[in-house]
Amino acid sequence: MKEPANNTAATRSSIGYLPRRDATPDTYKTLGFKCGLEIHQQLKTEKKLFCRCPAGLYQKPDDYNAELLRHMRPTLSELGEYDGTALMEFKTRKNIFYRVKNESACTYDFDDTPPFVLNREALDGAMKIALMLKCNIVGELHITRKQYLDGSIPTGFQRTAIVGIEGEIPLQNKTVRIIQLSIEEDSCREISDIGHERVYSTDRLGMPLIETVTYPDMLTPEEAAEAGQYLRFLSRSAAVVNTGIGAARQDVNVSITGGTRVEIKGVAHIKWIPDLTHNEAFRQKALLTIKEKLNSRVSDPAGWSPVSVEITAGIRPGIFNASHDDHFRAWAVNLPGFGGLLSFFTSPGRVFADEISDRLKVIACLEKPNMAHSEDSESPLSDTETAAVIKALKPGAHDAWLVLAGPAGDMATALETIEERCRLAFTGVPNETRKSLPDGTTIFERVLPGPDRMYPDTDSAPIPIADEMIETIRETLPDEISRRIAQLNAWKIPEDTYTYLLSRDLYPLLRELIEEAQLPPVFAGTLLGHTLKRAEGRFRCRLADRQRVIDLVSFVRNRGLQPAILKEALPALVRYQEKEIETLFFDMGFQPVPEEQLLAKIPELDTQFASIRTTDNPAARTAWIMGELRPLALGNINMGHLRRAVEGGRS
Amino acid sequence: MNDVLKGYKGRARKTLESFSIRVWSEAEVDTTRGRFEGIILPRSENDDDIHIVLKLATGYNIGIDINTITGMKEVGYKEAHYKIPEKEFPTSPEKPNVKLLGTGGTIASRLDYRTGAVIPAFSPGELYGAVPELADICNLTTEKLFAVFSENMGPKQYIELAKAIGEQIENGIDGIMIGHGTDTMHHTAGALSFMIQNSPVPIVMVGSQRSSDRPSSDAALNLIHAATAAAHSDIAEVMVCMFGPTSDEYGLLHRGTRVRKMHSSYRSTFRTLGDIPLATVTRDKITPLHQNYNKRRKDREVAVRAVFEEKVALVYYYPNMQPDIIDSLVENGYRGIVIAGTGLGHVNKPVYPAIERATAAGVTIYMTVQTLWGFVHMFVYDTGRDLMAKGIIPAENMLPEVAYVKLGWALGQTDDLKEVERIMLTPISGEITEREPYNGYLVYQGGIPEIEAFLKTVHR
Repeated sequence: MKEPANNTAATRSSIGYLPRRDATPDTYKTLGFKCGLEIHQQLKTEKKLFCRCPAGLYQKPDDYNAELLRHMRPTLSELGEYDGTALMEFKTRKNIFYRVKNESACTYDFDDTPPFVLNREALDGAMKIALMLKCNIVGELHITRKQYLDGSIPTGFQRTAIVGIEGEIPLQNKTVRIIQLSIEEDSCREISDIGHERVYSTDRLGMPLIETVTYPDMLTPEEAAEAGQYLRFLSRSAAVVNTGIGAARQDVNVSITGGTRVEIKGVAHIKWIPDLTHNEAFRQKALLTIKEKLNSRVSDPAGWSPVSVEITAGIRPGIFNASHDDHFRAWAVNLPGFGGLLSFFTSPGRVFADEISDRLKVIACLEKPNMAHSEDSESPLSDTETAAVIKALKPGAHDAWLVLAGPAGDMATALETIEERCRLAFTGVPNETRKSLPDGTTIFERVLPGPDRMYPDTDSAPIPIADEMIETIRETLPDEISRRIAQLNAWKIPEDTYTYLLSRDLYPLLRELIEEAQLPPVFAGTLLGHTLKRAEGRFRCRLADRQRVIDLVSFVRNRGLQPAILKEALPALVRYQEKEIETLFFDMGFQPVPEEQLLAKIPELDTQFASIRTTDNPAARTAWIMGELRPLALGNINMGHLRRAVEGGRS
Repeated sequence: MNDVLKGYKGRARKTLESFSIRVWSEAEVDTTRGRFEGIILPRSENDDDIHIVLKLATGYNIGIDINTITGMKEVGYKEAHYKIPEKEFPTSPEKPNVKLLGTGGTIASRLDYRTGAVIPAFSPGELYGAVPELADICNLTTEKLFAVFSENMGPKQYIELAKAIGEQIENGIDGIMIGHGTDTMHHTAGALSFMIQNSPVPIVMVGSQRSSDRPSSDAALNLIHAATAAAHSDIAEVMVCMFGPTSDEYGLLHRGTRVRKMHSSYRSTFRTLGDIPLATVTRDKITPLHQNYNKRRKDREVAVRAVFEEKVALVYYYPNMQPDIIDSLVENGYRGIVIAGTGLGHVNKPVYPAIERATAAGVTIYMTVQTLWGFVHMFVYDTGRDLMAKGIIPAENMLPEVAYVKLGWALGQTDDLKEVERIMLTPISGEITEREPYNGYLVYQGGIPEIEAFLKTVHR
């Protein structure tokens, strides 16, 4: 066999992988790329969705009052089969610990009390967004249970309900259809997941979320990001959602021709979507290529099976991460027909062997590194160990093999997991949810749940939604995002401000500054889209009270000051949100100076400059004099006017 | 009878009829709010008559207001049939034989995902399909005695259950489990503790606080614990086996006469009052906490005394209780009354004449305490002495519900009130204890630093 690294490079080019910057819409058209989004956004409410705990109180991982232990058991689906996810989670035999802080969680959160009546404030917010998405609003809300066995919700299911279906959003070049908008409770935050122990914090649990699901209408990674961005702007403009880290999370569904819908979970930033979907498309392409190779090599895929041999004696105890004690076991597995496939490229920096290793971590609870294999670039096995493996397995020319190690109790599940993943390779792309990584690649998270995991919540009654309720909410809807973008264009506001203006929902404030306070549009746009953005970034805080900006503008106008001073005063307003505006100006060292007095200083400064100048360049002179005058001039004189005066007075 | 519009009534029913739509129709529904497509589901009987329930392709259910409907069309039909898969329960001669008697609680059940109806899983095959671990513990057989909710369990069922248990013991069973709803489990446990005496095998009552259709249910673990106790425990008594802490850690075996449901929804709702529990139980171990219990025996010499007088009442006293409460019981032919009195066992003066009238009419009255913990002490205050003088008999530290079932059982055996008193005050199964241990009363208070420290380190 070729060197593993060469093989990875060769397979990478054999599937036609190219970096995203080199890809064109045609690249994705050839792959048959399709992408849909599920956007989760926390609603801004005082209390949680199904109990009266305050929403939005977060604790540090070690700040808790009590800890509970639970296990999740799969329940049978209506067809009498265990859901695939369910079986997987059951195999993992996880001890799930919940950390409870009295302030942020109650007996409902850890499933010792039935739900209270659904939070109306949250429902109103969800309806507002459903209407903005032009959804058909349901006549009656039915709370449904969606099973989750990973423990992220202590009940083992998420309570969720459809608010509207069949909406749409307009992108630049197409309309993306919305399947549905639902209201649901948020899950726990994971603190750690090591071996058989997973720890969650219950602080976020039960906070109201909306989930917006689109059809797989996006045909390039860029479109997916655009749709994500649009949905983000839209929900922000409704002023009913939380902002900040973790307040919005995207799940991205990707498939290509011949592939399967794979769900990439928990994408924290919309800007990650293009790389993640691009790489997922090629990962599916790689798996489909592997499938073809296997099926051409193995005549009877159904009869294919790996050969496992225990080789604990031939392997150093404690190899990889495995703890070195009496329970340590090592097994070697021969994979007939898999030669050259373990080092087959799947994503940048990842090969097919990682698909197996990821599952060993998640399903068999073997922490990584958990295996070595015949196509490792740098094998952790010594020559003696490798020889022992080969002696035990006697692999054929077209075979691959791997060695795994860990606690005895996990070996049966681990061997099953290896066999299962390898069998799936014969059919192509497994149904999975995958976790996104910041480098644009993904790792296995769990088997994609089937449709049978939804069932009615017997603990709650349906909630009727009357026409009057819809009409009341309709009256509060903001303008459409697409219309806002058109207006920004009409105002000729620089495009680099759009994301900030729309994602922070500054548009209503901007309009007020332009239409009421009569600020020039470009000045107002950059005041918010540049000056405010930089100030919020620099001082690491958000301007809480937007009325203060209006007050500031009025202050400047009423004092007869020049608007340019707003660019100095706004950052101060962000930094000292408690201070009176007058105080801010005092602190800035501002003093009213009549225009004539300022102009009168020019000749004197001219003389000074003449004595210190090192160049004859007139621009240097202007810059220096302007610099000297600026602190005094700001707010007192139009700076353009002053500049012309300085330039005019040149001797 | 097969109603094609199951659960629909009034206007909603008329609407469906007018468009010739059935339950399980795959329908397109046009409304003033847009089009909805899905399967028409049955509607819950208690819901209103202006909505129709639809299951969307995504699995979610929604309701449609009939006043918004402009058209409906059946494009298909998909009736759901739901069956719990059965797998043959593996048996082997080495494993103890355990019988599970069903009363109708949903210790194991499956939810019909489409209709929301709960379908009990009960046969050994069904249970094995749901909780395969049971096959490692025992050879399980089952018998469904009745199908009633816990609140509908009463004397008739106690008697039938006791007789069935007696038969099972005589037939050589190694242990018995009783699936029971949790609300009145402690009443039934008390009744069985008196009706079945000298049992040679464990009799374990079990239920669940979270329905077994959810992944976090306590049902499976309770069932595993109960089967372990029934098959392997040395404690041959009537017991309740439910979660110790709310965490999935261990179960507690509570003596049937000292156990009470203490929280409306917690998993750890059952507590032993005035004593410590008999034992802890995990998947593979039973650890006795109590030294004093009936041991398992090989013989089959059980005494079943399955009788019950139904005309017995339990009266929860409150200030300003009027004498007519007692009078009406007497007038309605009640033969025995248990009062849950305040404090050490008191009621107010206005009730005195009614008590005199009751005892004069041959109604026997026992006093218990609504504090639940502690003994009745009627010598401490004049009130108590007055009440005793009027014929009220203090029932020691019997729990009110236990005194109630015991009085029903005692009056079921004899009309002789002296004999009834002897039976009532003779401890049979721990319902009256000679002494109350220091650790028999533990109700922690949150907020206190040492308790908070405990809560942070010990799973509950």
